[in-house]
Amino acid sequence: MQQSNAYIITFSVILTVVLGLLLSGTSQVLAPIQKKAVELDTKKQILGAVLDASQLRNMKADEILAYYDNRISSKVVDIEGNLLEKDSDGNPIIAENVNVAKNYKMAPEKRQYPIFVFHKEGNPDAVEAYIVQVYGAGLWDEIWGFLALDTDLNTIAGVTFGHKGETPGLGARITEGAVQNRFQGKQIFDDSGNFQSVAMQKGEGKDYSSELHKVDGLSGATITANGVNAMLNNYLRFYKAYFDKLKASKSSEVVALN
Amino acid sequence: MSTETAQAEVKKPAEGLLSKRRKKFITDPLVDNNPITIQVLGICSALAVTTQMQPTLVMAISVIFVMVMANLTISLMRNTIPTRVRIIVQLAVVASLVTLVNELLKAFAFDMYKELSVFVGLIITNCIVMGRLEAFALGNKPYDSILDGFGSALGYSWIILAVAFFRELLGSGSVFGVQVYDAISGLFGEGFSLATNGLMVSPVGAFIILGLIIWVQRTKTGYVEH
Repeated sequence: MQQSNAYIITFSVILTVVLGLLLSGTSQVLAPIQKKAVELDTKKQILGAVLDASQLRNMKADEILAYYDNRISSKVVDIEGNLLEKDSDGNPIIAENVNVAKNYKMAPEKRQYPIFVFHKEGNPDAVEAYIVQVYGAGLWDEIWGFLALDTDLNTIAGVTFGHKGETPGLGARITEGAVQNRFQGKQIFDDSGNFQSVAMQKGEGKDYSSELHKVDGLSGATITANGVNAMLNNYLRFYKAYFDKLKASKSSEVVALN
Repeated sequence: MSTETAQAEVKKPAEGLLSKRRKKFITDPLVDNNPITIQVLGICSALAVTTQMQPTLVMAISVIFVMVMANLTISLMRNTIPTRVRIIVQLAVVASLVTLVNELLKAFAFDMYKELSVFVGLIITNCIVMGRLEAFALGNKPYDSILDGFGSALGYSWIILAVAFFRELLGSGSVFGVQVYDAISGLFGEGFSLATNGLMVSPVGAFIILGLIIWVQRTKTGYVEH
């Protein structure tokens, strides 16, 4: 009886239904918790651009979320630097929910660019840094990150990078604090205001402290480093229009104050 | 654990929970019949996840969970599984358990999920799991199968943890993320620093460590491949 086709088919159907129910059930139950975990992870990464990794590690999940709500406000702009508030269906666009990977597949003009404004402690009107989201390709798979610019919109206050499949110990080192700190204090515009971006150089261990647009590279991971360079170069260009608008409005403010 | 052996065997129909025979299910795979070093199974994940201790530990726990549960489930169903589709049934059970582990990691240990999810998925193809289901759980009672799965998973776990220990120590100068090399360098003062070995963070390092472990083990046990 056990070997009859009818038995095998019945057995398979029951097994499939039972396992299917089990898995979809767990997925349903865990979905809200997973959503929170993803949200926390995104906010951690955003804050990672302006906070020390060790500082962030010592904060509990609730503290991070509270800190984020306190210090960060977010908005979304298009490539011309105009504020986007609603999508084509009339739903509000939330910067934290912008899927950068999905946007990456669209033409740059159609993408949404989230901006996270890091406010000074105790003074929600004063800005400490502007954080932008970047995305690109490493050696094996996608890489992404957040880059924080000082209020001069030129000096890098900090970066944080993530990756999906870079080689451990080589390209994967872009997630290390020691590598990310190399970007701090570098500038994306030269003295005459032309866009220069910043770029990791070939080789590692050289001193670039006097060079404002060059960053010490990753030995053995030149392709990942080039990916990082391209990612920063691309996205900083995409955000440039917004930066220009911001600068213009600022200088007019200063004039108004005078 | 060793106190219960005396009562068994003679008249009592019930076998001790950890009788000599059952203990062998757990102890055998640890050294004498280790899935990695003797059977040389599950090598791919042993290479992939062992750059650091912490993800390796999570991987080990995941494998233990999957193997115990899969062995139990298959053993419970062993008299109803049609032989012609038994491999597919095993695969379905293992795949479901692995998906479960992956979902749980995503919900409760997101950092680990980001690092491990690819490899957790690969537990499905881990030859050790299917091997034990096919060779043991299909023909043995549930409790024995649990012990067998636990033993094999433990044999797998201690080897990958040992490999990870050396790879993280020599490759990154740390153990469980604690900087050991820095501390040692600090003891000797300025100008003294230990260099980490980049080879150890690449899969090649795992091959070397694994080879050394197999060498030491076979020298001690005298095991020879036939």
